[in-house]
Amino acid sequence: MTVPMPGGGLKVRGLTTTFVTPRGRATVVDGISLDVAPGEIVGLVGESGSGKSITLRSIVRLVREPGKVSGQVEWQGRDLMAMSEADLRKVRGAEIAMIFQEPMTALNPVLPVRLQIEENLSAHTTLDRRARRQRALELMNIVGIPAAERRLDEYPHQFSGGMRQRVMIAIALASSPKLLLADEPTTALDVTIQDQILKLILDLRDRFGMSVLFVTHDLGVVAATCDRMAVMYAGRIVETGTVAQVFAEPHHPYTRGLLGSVPRIGAERSMLLSIEGAPPGLIDLPEGCAFHPRCAFATDRCRAERPPLERFAAGREVACFHHRTVAAMAEAA
Amino acid sequence: MPLLGFIFRRVLQTIPTIAFILVVTFILVRLLPGDPASAMLGDRAIDADVQRINAKLGLDQPIPMQFLYFTKAVFTGDLGNSIGLKLPVIELIAHRLPVTLMLTGMAALIALLMAVPLSFVAALNRGGAPDTIIRGTFQIGLSMPVFYVGLVLLTVFAAKLRWFPVGGYGENFLDDLYHLFLPAMTLALSLSAVLMRNLRAAIIGVVGADYVDFARAKGLRARVIMTRHVLRNALISTVTLFGLSIGTLLGGAVITETVFAIPGAGRLMIEAIYGRDYPVIQGLTIALALLVSFTFLLTDIVQAWLDPRVAR
Ligand SMILES: Nc1ncnc2c1ncn2[C@@H]1O[C@H](COP(=O)(O)OP(=O)(O)OP(=O)(O)O)[C@@H](O)[C@H]1O
Ligand code: SF4
Ligand SMILES: [Mg+2]
Repeated sequence: MTVPMPGGGLKVRGLTTTFVTPRGRATVVDGISLDVAPGEIVGLVGESGSGKSITLRSIVRLVREPGKVSGQVEWQGRDLMAMSEADLRKVRGAEIAMIFQEPMTALNPVLPVRLQIEENLSAHTTLDRRARRQRALELMNIVGIPAAERRLDEYPHQFSGGMRQRVMIAIALASSPKLLLADEPTTALDVTIQDQILKLILDLRDRFGMSVLFVTHDLGVVAATCDRMAVMYAGRIVETGTVAQVFAEPHHPYTRGLLGSVPRIGAERSMLLSIEGAPPGLIDLPEGCAFHPRCAFATDRCRAERPPLERFAAGREVACFHHRTVAAMAEAA
Repeated sequence: MPLLGFIFRRVLQTIPTIAFILVVTFILVRLLPGDPASAMLGDRAIDADVQRINAKLGLDQPIPMQFLYFTKAVFTGDLGNSIGLKLPVIELIAHRLPVTLMLTGMAALIALLMAVPLSFVAALNRGGAPDTIIRGTFQIGLSMPVFYVGLVLLTVFAAKLRWFPVGGYGENFLDDLYHLFLPAMTLALSLSAVLMRNLRAAIIGVVGADYVDFARAKGLRARVIMTRHVLRNALISTVTLFGLSIGTLLGGAVITETVFAIPGAGRLMIEAIYGRDYPVIQGLTIALALLVSFTFLLTDIVQAWLDPRVAR
């Protein structure tokens, strides 16, 4: 997913993350390239275990041992992969903020919420104590936490899952980041709050040109919020395009499967259902196209050769030998 | 503040503990062989004297009454007189216990000062050379008896190198610290080995937690992450262990005070046992038991302060 970008933004090239496990080497993120322009919201979708969370963590080098990250991550013209730990610290939480997938474990259980918000401000701003307190309160109100003043002094265990999610969003937004890496930021929230948070993200994009890389299982959320999307399968990106393009004309059989599982309009929430067959183990990926054991279009070539991610139209990429056939079928259906 | 409520409830809980301590010491003293009167008067006491003394000590009263007198006496600080030294027990304790407190306090402090940084170094270099060396050294320290460690330190640093006095106690506070350093070190070595092992494991557990990654994602300084996020969480279990170890430390003080000839409560206890000085034994037992339960109280409060989930 590479669109020309005049400076700025995020530019990922050949991002690869491997884990050496007792059972062998697992390539969890396999040569991913994608761009997020300033003010752009890009959705990253894919089944559980396809490597979405590790991709986000790899971008800011937050992968733990024994994980090894390689490739290029260019942010505002600087290479995050080559940056010193000290310089990277100034980018993390300030220019690039991250919302973790698990609100139950991402907050420190022994520190009051106030401190967990304010420490971000202490690290990246020159605000004094009073200004930090004020900003923390403001953030709590922004993410819609009732009785914010009182709740600031409470601890994570006193918050419900949805409330913790909002606290985490408040922390991420504390220093007005330019890029938000959001890992399923609305999953623990009910529909009304989810809409509020999505509106907030859109608003921040409109007002401050914040970019977002948005991981979600929810194709309804992608349709409502994202400009472009990337579909991940077994650690690789298999299709990209604008949301309108991909929804209207999926070119990868896997994308087609995903979209086929979106419930009709009017359904309350459209979750991404699993499509037939199981995702492959990442240690011994099948030869050729990783999707071939589950693919109705698979041929001998698919079993022998790995399809590269290729541009086939303006702003459109796909990794499938038979994508024309797939697209034609989709239209016919 | 949930913490204040917790402290209040926890303090209330010590009331049954104190009652229990009183009952147990009361019974213990009555179970010991020989009665106090003959201990005071020697083997050639005549019955009339024994009865006179028993009456004076209230030992001719029914047991429940005796317990009431005993409780009242303890609360008014009247623990009787030492048979051997002919001094009020409370005075002896007031004189000797502070020495032991200083010794154990110093030992606890040294143990913490060694254990905390070394646990970090070991945990963050898990499996590497620093980890192996630190753990190996402490393993050896842990397997040696306290009196042996004491003798080794005494021989090397006091007798050979003459850096420290061979024993005894100081003239003023600084001199006390100087005299107590080697014995405190003796006690600290095994305690810090225990703390090290626990804290290292705790740090390894906490460093892998999601909230530590989130703290890194916030762009916090490494020092803030290590102290505020890692150490504080890791200390929660270690604090409990530390509190429980204070009892052991007091036990160790008895031996150390003997090896280093320190006039503390531990030595007093040994002397009292040899001399069958029941009032002293009883008084010291109560004082030490109260001390230990006070340490547990403090431990629980510190733990509740570290971990707000406890104070609910
Ligand atoms: N420390 C690790 N060692 C080995 N494999 C790992 C490690 N961490 C993650 N993985 C593997 O990486 C793969 C991708 O994980 P990731 O969490 O990125 O998936 P995901 O797309 O975010 O899934 P979900 O939708 O469930 O959040 C998984 O198959 C997981 O088993
Ligand atoms: S390359 Fe072949 S196996 Fe892979 S998705 Fe396309 S058709 Fe299916
Ligand atoms: Mg994930």
